Amino acid sequence: MSELKQTFRLEGASCAGCVRKIEGALAEVPGVEDARVNLADKTLLVQGDATAEACIAAVKNAGYGAEPVRVSERERREQQRAEEQRHYRDLLKRCAIALGLGIPLMAWGLLGGEMMVNTPPQQRAWGVVGLLTLGVLVYCGGHFFTGAWRAFLHHNANMDTLVALGTGTAWAFSMLVVAAPQLLPEAARHVYFEASAMIIGLINLGQALELRARGRTSAAVEKLLELQDPTARVVRDGREEDLPLEQVAVGDRIRVRPGEKIPVDGTVDEGSSLVDESMLTGEPVPVKKSTGDFLSAGTLNKNGTLLFRAEKVGAETRLAQIIEMVKNAQSSRVPIARLADTISSIFVPTVMIIAVLAALAWFNFGPDPRAAHTLVVLTSVLIIACPCALGLATPMSVMVGVGKGAEYGVLIRNGKALQQASHLDTLVVDKTGTLTEGAPQLTEIETDAGFDGSEDDLLRLLASLEQGSEHPLAEAVLSAARERELTLLETRDFEAITAHGVQGDVDGRRVLLGNRKLMEREDIDIGDWQKKVQELGEKGSTAMYASVDGKMAGVIAVADPLRMDATSAIKRLQKLGLRIHMLTGDNQGTANAVAKQLGIDSVHAELQPEDKERIVGELQDQGDHVGMAGDGINDAPALARAEVGFAIGAGTDVAIETADVTLMRSSLHGVADAIELSRGTLRNIKQNLFGAFIYNVLGIPIAAGVLYPFTGALLSPVIAGAAMAFSSVTVVSNANRLRWFKPEETA
Amino acid sequence: MLTLIVNVAGLLLIAAIVWWFWIAGRSGKTGADRTVPAAGREILVKDGVYEPDRIFLPAGSPATLKFRREDPSPCAEYVLFPDLEVSAQLAVHEVTEVRLPAAEPGKYPFTCQMQMYRGTLEVE
Repeated sequence: MSELKQTFRLEGASCAGCVRKIEGALAEVPGVEDARVNLADKTLLVQGDATAEACIAAVKNAGYGAEPVRVSERERREQQRAEEQRHYRDLLKRCAIALGLGIPLMAWGLLGGEMMVNTPPQQRAWGVVGLLTLGVLVYCGGHFFTGAWRAFLHHNANMDTLVALGTGTAWAFSMLVVAAPQLLPEAARHVYFEASAMIIGLINLGQALELRARGRTSAAVEKLLELQDPTARVVRDGREEDLPLEQVAVGDRIRVRPGEKIPVDGTVDEGSSLVDESMLTGEPVPVKKSTGDFLSAGTLNKNGTLLFRAEKVGAETRLAQIIEMVKNAQSSRVPIARLADTISSIFVPTVMIIAVLAALAWFNFGPDPRAAHTLVVLTSVLIIACPCALGLATPMSVMVGVGKGAEYGVLIRNGKALQQASHLDTLVVDKTGTLTEGAPQLTEIETDAGFDGSEDDLLRLLASLEQGSEHPLAEAVLSAARERELTLLETRDFEAITAHGVQGDVDGRRVLLGNRKLMEREDIDIGDWQKKVQELGEKGSTAMYASVDGKMAGVIAVADPLRMDATSAIKRLQKLGLRIHMLTGDNQGTANAVAKQLGIDSVHAELQPEDKERIVGELQDQGDHVGMAGDGINDAPALARAEVGFAIGAGTDVAIETADVTLMRSSLHGVADAIELSRGTLRNIKQNLFGAFIYNVLGIPIAAGVLYPFTGALLSPVIAGAAMAFSSVTVVSNANRLRWFKPEETA
Repeated sequence: MLTLIVNVAGLLLIAAIVWWFWIAGRSGKTGADRTVPAAGREILVKDGVYEPDRIFLPAGSPATLKFRREDPSPCAEYVLFPDLEVSAQLAVHEVTEVRLPAAEPGKYPFTCQMQMYRGTLEVE
């Protein structure tokens, strides 16, 4: 019976008669093997390979409605895990049966039992063993033979081909010995049934262990999926009910109580609470959320009750997008794998040719018994060659590496970005929002002796003037006035003078705020204030002159405070061997002051937004491998131009879509994490590739018998089978070592 | 005599391997799949092969391919279109839809992670 099952939600079904009618209608649909209606939850379970459309049409024709039940990603994952578990047990069972025959046979041979066929009783006894081995080949290794055959019909050859040919040849030769020993020289009448059974058993065991190990490589996605609660408490028509997530629609009002997870993305309508967003942003401190604030699915509500409106559900939530991106990146290719890919594509036929050539060499030039040696060499070469280890070398490391990145809030777009990040030697950093908070604050205000008022009076005038300005520094002046609870005054004739400052009439007084050029233009004597302005600039602040009614009134200084962890992150990046270039639109003095505080040597100041891309290009022309870290929105061209663009966007949608690496945490430490991780992953990939290459490069000649002149013995096909089975497990296990990766900051 | 027969058979076998896997396999097969719109049929993932393994799509428009994975072995778990930067995890005993972007005319191989499953997408 087909294992394909589909579930539909029914409409209009209410009685046993409906059940009979619907089940009867489904029975007529081609491909339906079984259809059961569950009247209690009004669902229909269809087994078989009929299409969903055909099933729905049949239900409709019967007079009812049906729609497919959407299975959540988490449920789907659980189903797949159950399927994997079943396959794992199946492989172990096949392994046990094959080894159950192979081990006693091998022990018999090792303990001196007769493995030659010379007499009719021996023929009969080994004939029975041969049939038992055939049973093992069919039951425990049948999938290798069907796979090999189907691949053959498609002009393709894969691991199944090698296993089927190796074990099949050993069995066929042994049966020839049993059936007609007289056709072969006496010394060559050896049977190899134990080899066939052992190889099948060991390869099944290898596949089972590999399946287990591979399950662990996707642990990161599992963890992300676990962030998603399966139900949400929806408030509809004044009633609250727990609904499966698939039934939550945009616009639904959802209640989240303390300790519960936010089920979908939305905006708070009522209530306030602390929300732990560390799982998405890596920021350990919970964020206060109240009316109008955005909530992300998967984050944890800590202490209050929130009522919010769903805005994004299902695959649209930020969490779902992150999961999708991680999954895509995990299965993407890495450029370094190109050689392995090329070799993989010609590997199996090449090994088959080598096996035939080696067998011919032994047949023509080998010592007696030639036929037996020929067979052993043929089988061993076919069996020891492992295309899987080669094929798995990069994907497994990428899978674990990308997943590990997601755990630390580093979302890597694809394998190419991962590889390029490991080669970077230069990092270009946009100052605002990356090294600094991106929200300038008023740091200093001083009044001139000639000004007829207090600091607050001057601030009130300047803030009133700046009401009309869109300059980022204006916000700093306005928020300082708000903090001091100053009432703003009416402003007229506001004018922003490019590269100079602003001017206007505030409450009937002529107010100017800007740089020295503005004061010179308006013939205002700045007295000794220039020295003070210089001092402030050296501290990293942007200082401006203020004048009222044509006289100097004072200076104010605004600074964008450095991020708490910027200095340590820069140190860490420099330790990783990166040269740091800081880009900013600030004047040279302010930029130098910030760079000095952070220990950055190279500063590019007074830049226009379009200059950033040009500088990245110039550095690349010098031969540098350049990464660029910015906020993902204003720096988009420079991020795209760099070999790796790191968007420090706290996971904004734009950043996720455009950057090579998105850092969920608003910290430059994320760039260092990403670079450390990419280097660790590339190292792991190289180990795997080296191991897989060396394994095949050494293994195949040894199986072909190059050591025979020194050892006087050929490699047993059983040992070849064991080596092959465990080579891919070794690769996957080595990739799994990346799971213990810890960035230096947290290590 | 036996030596000659074995050697000739061996060399013929090598020639057959080269021809079957590298020459005949690449020279194109019947155009049976050409008449079937790729978006309308499922690609069966079973026993080490994609069935069909040659898919034809019109150039310049996005398409969705349906993969039905019937092989529980991990080899079949992912399908990759490296040149289109598309990959998908295939669920066992289920149909997984894989969305492809609009592509230029050409041949785009698709494989499993280990390159044992192989197919070609031909955009015309």
